[in-house]
Amino acid sequence: MDGKWDIIGNEGFEFMGKMNASISHEVKNVLAIINENAGLLEDFTLMAEKGMAIDPERLKGLAGKIQLQVRRADRIIRNMNTFAHSVDETRSKVDLGEVVAFMAALSDRLASMKGIALEVTPPSRPIMITTSPFLVENIIWRCLDFAMAVAGPGKTVVLTADKDDRGARITFSRLEALSHASSPTQFPLDVENALAESLGGQIVVNEGAGEIVLGLPEAVD
Amino acid sequence: MSKRKVLLVDDERDFVEALGERMRSRGLKISTAFSATDAIKMTEKEDYDVVVLDLSMPEMNGLEVLRMLKEHNPNLHVIFLTGHATVEKGILAMMSGAAEIIEKPSDVETLVRKIEKVTGKKMVDVESGQGVGPDRNMTH
Repeated sequence: MDGKWDIIGNEGFEFMGKMNASISHEVKNVLAIINENAGLLEDFTLMAEKGMAIDPERLKGLAGKIQLQVRRADRIIRNMNTFAHSVDETRSKVDLGEVVAFMAALSDRLASMKGIALEVTPPSRPIMITTSPFLVENIIWRCLDFAMAVAGPGKTVVLTADKDDRGARITFSRLEALSHASSPTQFPLDVENALAESLGGQIVVNEGAGEIVLGLPEAVD
Repeated sequence: MSKRKVLLVDDERDFVEALGERMRSRGLKISTAFSATDAIKMTEKEDYDVVVLDLSMPEMNGLEVLRMLKEHNPNLHVIFLTGHATVEKGILAMMSGAAEIIEKPSDVETLVRKIEKVTGKKMVDVESGQGVGPDRNMTH
C-alpha cells in the first residue's frame, strides 16, 4: 500500500481535476446559451434590416436571458477561484458551515448529473475550526460522492455542519439505503481514512440512522 | 418539400429554446425535450429524421440514450453536442452509432449543414424558397 501522503497527493490531483472538469463543462453550457441568444438577436437584426417589425419586449427578454447567464458564469468563476485558493495555506481558520455550503455549490452539477439534489442545512452560528481547507474540501467530496452513490437517482442528500464535544462534525443524511443489501458498502476506504487521519478526524457510518458523520477537531495538530 | 423533423434534447432549457427557434427559422421542424427520458418517449411516439442530443445530461449519459434510440429506430441519425469534443469522445460516439459530434458553443449554420449532410438533403426555407438563413416570416 502507498504511504498516507502518497494516497492523499494522488487523490488531491484527482479531486482537483474532477472539479475543474465539471466547472469547465458548466462554463461551456453558459457560453452555449449566451451564443444562441446572441444569435437570435442577430437573426432579429437581419430581419429588421429587411423591414420586419421586431417586438422590443422580445429583445428585452433575450437581453435578460444573456444577463442571467453572465451572472451564472460569474458565480461559477468565483467558486472556481475560491477553490483554486484553498491550496494557498496548509492551515487556516475556516467556518465549516461556509465550507459545506461551498462544496455543495461546487458539487451541484455533478450531483445533478446523477439525478441527485443537495440540500444544505445552514448552521445557526459560524463553526470556526483550524484545519487544512483543501483537505477538508477533498474529504467532504469523498463522503458526498459515496453518499450520492448510496442515495441513488431522484433522491436528496442533506449536508449539515454543527459543533460537537470534540470540535465539529458534518452529517450526510437521508441515506436510508445504507442498510439495504444492494448498497455500496466499502466505506471509508484507504483514501478517506488517510484524509481523515491527516485532519485529525474520523468517519462514522451509521447504517441505522442512514447517516455518514465526518468528525473534525477544533484545531488540527 | 417536407421539412426535416429534428428533436433537440438538452437539459439547459434556455439553450434549447433559443437554438430551436433559430433552427425553425432555417426551415427545420423542431421539437424539444429537456430530459433523456422525455426524448426517448417522444421518439417512440413520433418519427424524427435527426435527434440532436447533449452528450452529458442528468439521469443517463448521451451514449446510453443513443443506444436506446437506436434500439427503437436503427436508422435514426443522432448528432451529439458536447462541451468538450475530444478525439476520444468523438471516436466513442461514432463507434456507438452517432452521425456527428459538435462542440458547444456551436454555430447554427454548421449544425444545419450537418443535419443536411446526415439526411442527404439540402435545407430549403419552405416559405421563401431560399437556402439556410433566418426566415423573414418567422414569428417572434
